[in-house]
Amino acid sequence: MSVIIMLLCASLAVAIFFLVAFIWSVRDGQYDDDYSPAHRILFDDKTSKE
Amino acid sequence: MPLIARARNGRYFWAMIKQAREVSHQCTHCGEPCPPEEQFCCQGCQAVYELLNENGLCRYYEINEKPGVAQRQAVRKDKFAFLDNERTQQQLLRYRDEKQAHVTFHIPHIHCSSCLWLLENLHRLDPGVQRTEVNFAEKEARIIYDPSQTSLRKIAETLTSIGYEPYISLQDLRARKPAPNRKLIYQLGVAGFCFSNIMLLSFPEYFSGEGHMEGQMTVVFRYLNLLLSLPVFFYSAQAFYMPAWKGLKHGFLNIDLPIVLAIVTTFTRSVVDVLSGTGGGYFDSMTGIVMFMLIGRLLQDKTYRGLSFDRDYTAYFPIAVTVMKNGEEAPTQLPDVRTGDTLLIHNQELIPADGLLVKGSALIDYSFVTGESVPVRKQMGEIIYAGGRQLDGNMEILTIREVAQSYLTSLWNREELRKDNPGKPSFIHLLGQYFTWVVLLIAAVTAIYWGVYDSAKIWPAVTAILIIACPCALLLAASFTNGHMLRILSRHKLYLRNAQAIERMAGLTHIVFDKTGTLTGKSSTTVTWHGRELTHAEVSAIAALTAHSQHPASRQVREFAGKPLVHTIDRFSEQTGQGLQGWVHQMHVQLGSAAYTGARDTETPGASVVHVNINGDHAGYYLLQHAYRQGIPEMLGDLQRHFGLTLLSGDQPGEAENLRRMMGPDATLLFRQQAHDKLDRIVQLQEKGEKVLMIGDGLNDAGALRQSDCGISLTEDSNNFTPASDGILEASQLHRLPAFIRMSKINKRIILIAFVYSIAYNLTGLFFAVQGILSPLTAAILMPSSSISIILLTWGMSEYAGRKLLR
Repeated sequence: MSVIIMLLCASLAVAIFFLVAFIWSVRDGQYDDDYSPAHRILFDDKTSKE
Repeated sequence: MPLIARARNGRYFWAMIKQAREVSHQCTHCGEPCPPEEQFCCQGCQAVYELLNENGLCRYYEINEKPGVAQRQAVRKDKFAFLDNERTQQQLLRYRDEKQAHVTFHIPHIHCSSCLWLLENLHRLDPGVQRTEVNFAEKEARIIYDPSQTSLRKIAETLTSIGYEPYISLQDLRARKPAPNRKLIYQLGVAGFCFSNIMLLSFPEYFSGEGHMEGQMTVVFRYLNLLLSLPVFFYSAQAFYMPAWKGLKHGFLNIDLPIVLAIVTTFTRSVVDVLSGTGGGYFDSMTGIVMFMLIGRLLQDKTYRGLSFDRDYTAYFPIAVTVMKNGEEAPTQLPDVRTGDTLLIHNQELIPADGLLVKGSALIDYSFVTGESVPVRKQMGEIIYAGGRQLDGNMEILTIREVAQSYLTSLWNREELRKDNPGKPSFIHLLGQYFTWVVLLIAAVTAIYWGVYDSAKIWPAVTAILIIACPCALLLAASFTNGHMLRILSRHKLYLRNAQAIERMAGLTHIVFDKTGTLTGKSSTTVTWHGRELTHAEVSAIAALTAHSQHPASRQVREFAGKPLVHTIDRFSEQTGQGLQGWVHQMHVQLGSAAYTGARDTETPGASVVHVNINGDHAGYYLLQHAYRQGIPEMLGDLQRHFGLTLLSGDQPGEAENLRRMMGPDATLLFRQQAHDKLDRIVQLQEKGEKVLMIGDGLNDAGALRQSDCGISLTEDSNNFTPASDGILEASQLHRLPAFIRMSKINKRIILIAFVYSIAYNLTGLFFAVQGILSPLTAAILMPSSSISIILLTWGMSEYAGRKLLR
C-alpha cells in the first residue's frame, strides 16, 4: 500500500513540475510570437558573431 | 571573412540579376513590374539593394524572393529630426543608462522571414546597435543600442533607408500598451492539471464496487481529490465568479450565474461527502466542467494581435511637427504646439491642427476626413482643417486652434459621448435566465416531493439536480461555436472584435455603405492610356489644355498627365459635353468624345473614353474607369433582396446613376455627407427600429461606425490604420459580405442545435438526479461526454458551413 502512496507522490510531483514549467513558459512570453523563433533558428548565425 | 563574403555576395548579385532577366521584368527588391532591361522599379529599391549588397546582407534576397516593399516615395531627409529631442527620447525609450538604451519601434512593413533576418542583423549596418529582437505578431522591433555610438534618430533613419520605416505616432507618447492578459491561460493550466490528476485518482472509486478497496486508501484518495480541487474552485473558476457577480449587481441574471451556482453546489456537496465519509464527491465533474468552459472562453476571447479595434486620432497623428521659429525649423512635440505657431507642413504630411495658410500652395486631400475623393485647392489665408493631407509641396500654416481643440479632434470627442450603450445582452444570457428558473423549479418540486416521502433524500437529490442541470453545455456550445466562427471568418480576412459582433451581424436589417475607399478603391477612378506612345511635349500639351477645363474627365486626365510645362494656349475652345481643343506650340490638340474628335467609337461599358487628336491624327484615347472593387455589383444585387441599403458618400453625386443601377430602386443614395450627417443618418435608421451595419473606411465614417449596431472598417491590408469599429475586413474580401452575414446567422442556429442536443444529456442526468441516485460515475461519464460531443458537433457544423459558403 505504501508503494502506491509513494507512486502517487512521485506522479503528483512530476505533474506539478510540468505545471510550473508551463506557467513559467507562458510568463516568459514564449507563446507571444509563434513566428519569429521558428524562423530565427533557421538562419545561420555565423555572420552575426564577427 | 570580408573577401569570401564579398565573393559570395558577388555571385548572388549576378545570380539575382540573371534571374531577374529571365523571369519577366520584376523589381529584384520588391517584385513589382519594372521597365525591361532594368533590375529595379525605382531609385529607392535600387538604393536599398546597393546598401544591403555593400554590407553583405544580400541573404535578405535568398530567404524569400523579392521581399522588399516598393520605395518609390522618398522619405524626407529630416523626417526623424524630432527624435533628437531629449523629451521625445525620454518618452519613447523604455530603458536607458550610460551604455544601453532600449526602444521598441512599430514597423508596419514586417511581413516575412527576410524582414526578420534583416532587422535582426541591423547591427551590421549600424555598429551602435547591440541587439534587435523582432516580435512578428506585433510587428515590432525591440532595439538595444549604445547611446554613445548611435542615436535614436540614426537608427530610425537606417531602418528607413532599408525600407523599414518605423511608424511613430502621437499614441506612442501616451501610456504604454497593457501587458497581454494571461490570467485565463494560467487558470486553464491549473484547471487542466487538477482535472487530469483528480480523474486519475477517481478511477479506483469508479471501478471498485462497495468495499473492494482498502478503507484507508479510499480516504487518502478522496482527501487528495479535495486538495486538488481547491485551486480550481478558488482560482480557476474566478473567471466565472466575476461576470456573475457583475450581472447580479446590475440586476441581470446572466449565464454565468447558474454556472457559478452549479460549481458552488458541486463543490459543497463533494466536500460534505468526503468529510462525512459518505462518498467520493463530484470533484472530477466539477474540475472538468471548469476546464472545458475555460477552453471555450479562451477560444472565444482570441484577440488579433497587431490589429487594433480602438484607434483614436492619436494613432493617425505624427508625434512631432516642424514649427518655424524666427525663420528656423524646430521639431516640436504635437501637444506642445500652441495657437499662433507657424507649422511647416511637408509634402504628403498630415495636417495636425487647424490653421490659416500663410505660405506655399495648398492642395489638400481630405478624403480621410470627409470622404471627398477630389483634393481641394486652398487660397492664401483660408482655413485648413486638421486631418487633411498636403499634396502640393511644402507649405506653412498659422495654427488657430490647438491640436486638442481642432475640428477633427472634436469629432472624436463627440463620439465618445455616444457609445455608452453596452448593447442588448446576448441571447445566450436570455436562454440562461429561463434555464435558471426551470432548474430552480425542478429542484423545488423534487425537494417538496422527497420532503413528503423520504426527507433523507432531499439533500442528495437537490444537489444532484443543480450539478447535472448546469447550463455549462449551453455556454460551451456558444463559446466554442463563436470561437470557431471567429477563426473561420478570420481565415477569410474578416477580423471581428468579439463574439457579440457575430451575433449582432446575424440580426441586421439594413446595410449602409460608404463610397470612396469602400465600394471604390482609394482613388475613385483609374486612367489608362491606349494608343501610340506620346512625346513629352504632347503629354505636356494635353495637361496644359485640360488645365483650362473644369470637366471631371479633364481633371482626371490632367492628374494622369502630370504638371504641364507650358501654360500658353491659343484659340482654346470647349464644347460642353463634347470636348475641347486648342493650339499649344504650333501643335493642334483635340480632346473629347469619338464624335467630336472624329475617331471610331470604342465599346467600353462602365467607363468613359477621352479621345486624343494631335494635328489631325488620332493618337489614341484615355480610358477612365470608375474603379469599383471586384464583385461589387453582384454583392449589391444579392444584398438588396434581403436588406435595406443606404449609400452615404462624402463625394459629389457624379456616380449616382451607376450606383442606383447596382443598388436597386429601393436604396437610399445620399451624397455630400459630412461625418456628422452620416452619424445622424444611422441614428435615424435606428430610431426606425433598423439594425444597421455600417461599412466604411475613413475617419469621416468613424462616428457612423461606432454608432451603428455593427461597424466594419475596410482596409487595403491589415497593416493599415482603421478607425475604431467592431470588425476589420480586408478590402479584397468585401464581395463576400453576403456570405459573412449568412455565416453569422448559421452561427446562431448551430448554437441552438447544440443546445437542444445538450438538453437531451441534461434530461438523462435529471432522470437519475431527481430520484437521488446520481452516482459520481454516471456524472463523470455524462459530463465529459456531453462536453466533448458538443465541441465536436459545433466544430463540425461550423466548419461544414464555412466550407460551403466561403468557397
